[in-house]
Amino acid sequence: MDRFVFLTVDGLSRGAVYAAFALALVLIWRAARVVNFAQGAMAVAAAYVAYSVSAATGSYWLGFGVAIVAGLLLGAVVDRVVMRHVDHASPLNPVIVALGLVLLIQAVLGMVYGNEFRPAEAPFGRSALTVGGVAVLSPYDLFVFATIGVVVSGLAWMFARTPVGLRMRAAAFAPEVSRLLGVNVGGMLTLGWALASGVGALAAMLVIPTELGLHPHAMDLVFVSAFTAAVVGGLDSPPGAVVGGLVVGLLLSYVSGYAGSDLTPLAVLVLLLAVLLVRPGGLFAPVAARRV
Amino acid sequence: MSATGAVLPPKNRPAATGDRPVDRRRGSTLLRHLAVVLVVGLLLVAVSYTVEPFRNFQLATVAAYLCATAGLTVLTGLNGQLSLGHGALMATGAYTVALCQNAFADRGMTGGWLLPLSLGAAIVSTVAVGAVVGVAAARLRGPYLAGVTLAVAVVVPALAVTFDGVFNGEQGLSVPVEPPPLALGPYFPYERWQLWVTGAATLLAMLLLANLIRSRYGRTFRAVRDDEVAARLAGIHVARTQVLAFVVSAATAGLGGALLAVLAQSVSPGAFSLTLSLFLLMAVVIGGLGRLTGALWGAVLLVALPDLTHSLTELLTLSPAVAQRLEGNLPLAIFGLTLIVVMIAAPGGVQGLLSRLGRALSARWSARRS
Repeated sequence: MDRFVFLTVDGLSRGAVYAAFALALVLIWRAARVVNFAQGAMAVAAAYVAYSVSAATGSYWLGFGVAIVAGLLLGAVVDRVVMRHVDHASPLNPVIVALGLVLLIQAVLGMVYGNEFRPAEAPFGRSALTVGGVAVLSPYDLFVFATIGVVVSGLAWMFARTPVGLRMRAAAFAPEVSRLLGVNVGGMLTLGWALASGVGALAAMLVIPTELGLHPHAMDLVFVSAFTAAVVGGLDSPPGAVVGGLVVGLLLSYVSGYAGSDLTPLAVLVLLLAVLLVRPGGLFAPVAARRV
Repeated sequence: MSATGAVLPPKNRPAATGDRPVDRRRGSTLLRHLAVVLVVGLLLVAVSYTVEPFRNFQLATVAAYLCATAGLTVLTGLNGQLSLGHGALMATGAYTVALCQNAFADRGMTGGWLLPLSLGAAIVSTVAVGAVVGVAAARLRGPYLAGVTLAVAVVVPALAVTFDGVFNGEQGLSVPVEPPPLALGPYFPYERWQLWVTGAATLLAMLLLANLIRSRYGRTFRAVRDDEVAARLAGIHVARTQVLAFVVSAATAGLGGALLAVLAQSVSPGAFSLTLSLFLLMAVVIGGLGRLTGALWGAVLLVALPDLTHSLTELLTLSPAVAQRLEGNLPLAIFGLTLIVVMIAAPGGVQGLLSRLGRALSARWSARRS
């Protein structure tokens, strides 16, 4: 039972990060109809910037803030410099360009920092506190839950309650009409990319200390898991992404706890295939007529 | 859904029913392809005697990559399905060949027929894996398909570590390959033999693919790519066609992986990472989607670019640490950048540019004559 509680909390903590990362994917998918396969590489780039800043100043929190700013900027730059110019007539084109970005970013990181793992520090202890003899939560888990909670509710508030959020939804939903009504559709798209990339950078900062460390490929498997989470929830649904992230996190935690950590990649693949074959639109998708 | 429609320049975009107007004067497609294969084969033999052993090995590597890129061209360029998992399919072929060759060696079996048998087994096992992925892929579109195949590319190399009793983990397996037959003489260079073996297997695969592309099946592939609904209305079984394209593509990718394993005489999961899958896609896109010649350009790039950057970094005087960092990463950076630029500026790739140039020249030529 102790083990089950521990695995559940660990899974929820991992799942919260997947949820944030999946949310970033969903943000871009809703705004631009692009699945940003470069999200993982962009987030790692932001984490490396944080690493440099923290190493130079000795302050974790300065690095943390800089990572998020770097993520925001990188997202805006990727949209303005690259994605804006891609022909979106075929859904393959943005995917291929994003994969080119993956290669480019990972290679540049490898050239600057080298292809070895670098230790990533966590701001809080990772040993679990015991409540009534049962090891439950580590301070770091609490930090993860709090940060992701703030970000998710902040995004929900922004999209539902603020004029900028309304404009962003309008620009994604009906670009032509929004433009006629005076919405800066291009600017909203860039803002969407920046926000998504910032959330991705935050997720990378939270997840990398719990894994092997900082490496140009550190987010590859996280990306696959987060993509699975987004698909489980449905690419169009932000609440779905959050639930999907928690589900994937729990599943991976149980598989690695009870069956061996080697099997987690296989579990992700099986879950992804199962969801796509049974309910391709995701668990939260309304029944839709097929587009012809 | 026209999946790769926009990847091809609109000018050369083939109609759903066929690539070019049928030209009766050119005779049988099979005979023409056979003639090309014969000429290329003879050329390869001639080249293998004139260049140094290292170049022979590089040419053999190009041939092995060509199998994989040609398979991906059939899938992505002709059938409009994106696969990021071809590196994993190559790994399947490579590990099968390793297991077969080791099994033969353990039982003390020798003979020239063993290698073709292992290659055949590699193709069969990859076809099985490809059929499973293909059945799933036929139900998926666009980014979903990309995501699933990406997961395959990440997961399959990890399996080699999970089941390290069979696959020997990160270390991988060695692939015992017999020396060239004695009939060729005692001093026959090993690299030349490697080129002959891979060249023969690749040419055979190319002949089959080229004929397939020009056949009824090739036309249904393109019809499904250009408009699924129209294809279905024309009586084409869309899902079956997509699975068939995936299986054909997987078979060639498996052969390519098997040949690479035979060339390197070892297999390890590190050689078949996600990067390899991305590399194959890059090679196909940069070479020019939808044409086998594009796949050839892509395969040449895959071998030539790391070599070029290596000699480039040797020209500069760098500290060993910096040189080591550049060594592996510079080709990746150049590949990624080229890919982005090609996708934005010249979606037809190298072959698209060449054929545009060729058409412009021939137009000028005929204008001058008339």
